[in-house]
Amino acid sequence: MGWNRLKWFFPMLILAGAILVFILRSSVNDYILSIICFAGINIILAVSLNLTNGFTGLFSLGHPAFMAVGGYVAAILTFPVTRKAMLLPALPSWLAAQQWSLLPALILGGLCATLAAFLIGFPVLRLKGHYLAVATLGFLIILQVLITNLESFTRGPLGLNGLPLLTNLWWVYLWVVITIYVCWKVKHSSLGRSMLAIRENEMAAECLGIPLSRTRIMAFALGAFFAGVAGCLWAHLVTAITPTSFSVIMAFHLVAMVVVGGSGSITGATIAALMLTSVVEILSPLEENLGAYGISEIIISIGLLLILIYRPRGLFGTQEPAFLVKQRQRVSGEVGRSLSYQNGKGGTS
Amino acid sequence: MVGYIAQQLVNGLILGSMYALVAIGFTMIYGIIRLINFAHGDIVMIGAFVTLGLVISGQIPFPVIIILVILAGALMGIIIERAAFRPMRGAPQVTGFITSLAVSILLQNLGILLLTAQPRNFFCPDYLQTIFNLGSVSLRTIDLAIVVIAVVLMVFLVLLVRFTRLGMAMRATAENLKVALLMGININRIIMLAFAIGSGLAGVAGMMWGARYGQIDPLLGFVPGLKAFVAAVIGGVGSIPGAMLGGYLLGFAEVLFVGLLPPIYSSYRDAFVFIILILILLVLPTGLLGRKMEEGV
Repeated sequence: MGWNRLKWFFPMLILAGAILVFILRSSVNDYILSIICFAGINIILAVSLNLTNGFTGLFSLGHPAFMAVGGYVAAILTFPVTRKAMLLPALPSWLAAQQWSLLPALILGGLCATLAAFLIGFPVLRLKGHYLAVATLGFLIILQVLITNLESFTRGPLGLNGLPLLTNLWWVYLWVVITIYVCWKVKHSSLGRSMLAIRENEMAAECLGIPLSRTRIMAFALGAFFAGVAGCLWAHLVTAITPTSFSVIMAFHLVAMVVVGGSGSITGATIAALMLTSVVEILSPLEENLGAYGISEIIISIGLLLILIYRPRGLFGTQEPAFLVKQRQRVSGEVGRSLSYQNGKGGTS
Repeated sequence: MVGYIAQQLVNGLILGSMYALVAIGFTMIYGIIRLINFAHGDIVMIGAFVTLGLVISGQIPFPVIIILVILAGALMGIIIERAAFRPMRGAPQVTGFITSLAVSILLQNLGILLLTAQPRNFFCPDYLQTIFNLGSVSLRTIDLAIVVIAVVLMVFLVLLVRFTRLGMAMRATAENLKVALLMGININRIIMLAFAIGSGLAGVAGMMWGARYGQIDPLLGFVPGLKAFVAAVIGGVGSIPGAMLGGYLLGFAEVLFVGLLPPIYSSYRDAFVFIILILILLVLPTGLLGRKMEEGV
């Protein structure tokens, strides 16, 4: 059933999205447009983190670190030559002469993030569960310290400001589509099945001949690439980038998106990213007007706790909505149903 | 030069005492329910603010303040356990971890909401600020108090765990939760006790942190909390003596890193601590005194 419908559904969806982008760009003011861009960037981040955290069960808090790598690389590349001479006098001359346009900078930023993921991944991915989480968090903090101290490239704690405003809704939309497409294809490929298998039961997966470390590093690096791209988009939307831009709070938000959406569900991550962005954007004027700083984080964390208690598998679990998936692809959802509850033995040592 | 190194070693001892107190909580909670409690660092913050409140509110003698801070920390730990972690019991490890991250963010932002993010000056009674010299090392009374209080509390804890029925029950629960349950140990009470003791010690560490550094803000607990976790990993997560050892080792290592290398490297101190963490996890995942864990790393 539904073969024809599915064949047409995704192109139509992409087209509808493009029309929506077109309409929005001509009708809505810049402020709302930038919020929509943030939502899009969050979708890229949540969906790509889902590849690492959700599919493969590699609980990483290092996503903001990869954003930072991508963001800084791209920011240095796109920074106007005149401003570079002023703000970054110590930059090597070959770098100071560069002034790239957005797309190559995005791609190089993403690739650098991937490279960083390889470098950190080979040692760290041997760890499991919450040890991996702490190690990636450590990586995030190490990277923040490095960025703060490499002043000739990054201007230290001051960060780079006055970046060209290159990100617009078209770019964001393009990358949202690419990210979702790639992750969707991965999920419904043998690589994706391998990832899910590793998440469910590592030993069984290894016995079936799935190369553990290769699959893990693929998931980590692919997630990092999109995080790097998202970091570039973010930097050129905010037009400033500082070491504290990519913080533990951001890691927390991203993890919250994955958990709320359901680890392993692309649709879930997308919807959760939209939800969380709206919550933040609705509450932040409230924070400023009432002076009640911190209220949005409080609401987000309480919401996350409630979801963890009452709906621990998130909105969608591992599944996608049934009407989007070919029947023969639907198996992954069934596997997901037993989601690692076996691991939760609590205190048995 | 000898005097300088002696001063650095004393600083390391003080920092290590605080890390050790916080690390004990991590290790106790991990030992019993296999949970890395991210919110533990924020108990340090709460302890610091409770102390400040007590000091401002009037002429409460110092020993009473210490006891009240321990009780406040313990109460906070029990509340967190009841509200957030008990409903999560039996869920996958990572769920517990996310929960603790959420609790941590919640506490930090409650702090920001109620107390504002502005750093506040921490008052210390004058008699704790007296400076005296031991050879070439200069100390304040509070520095001495930090070390002494930490050591006394740790000795108490070791005695409690080694020689009382309650301690035996705790060790049994850490050994094997299910079997301990079958032996008629009230596990909920033991888990609550672990949270209470760990958080009480973290609360005292908060008092020390404030007294030592003079300024406190709602986010102060996060990085020391993480570092104390590193200390627990160094000593072997799950081992109480390991946490103490790890705390002191990390304190010395950090202070010597800052004190002996040229000053330009001192801003790398946080990176240095987490590089130690990653190295230890890779090379010696059970830490110095930890036992082998099948599922841990």
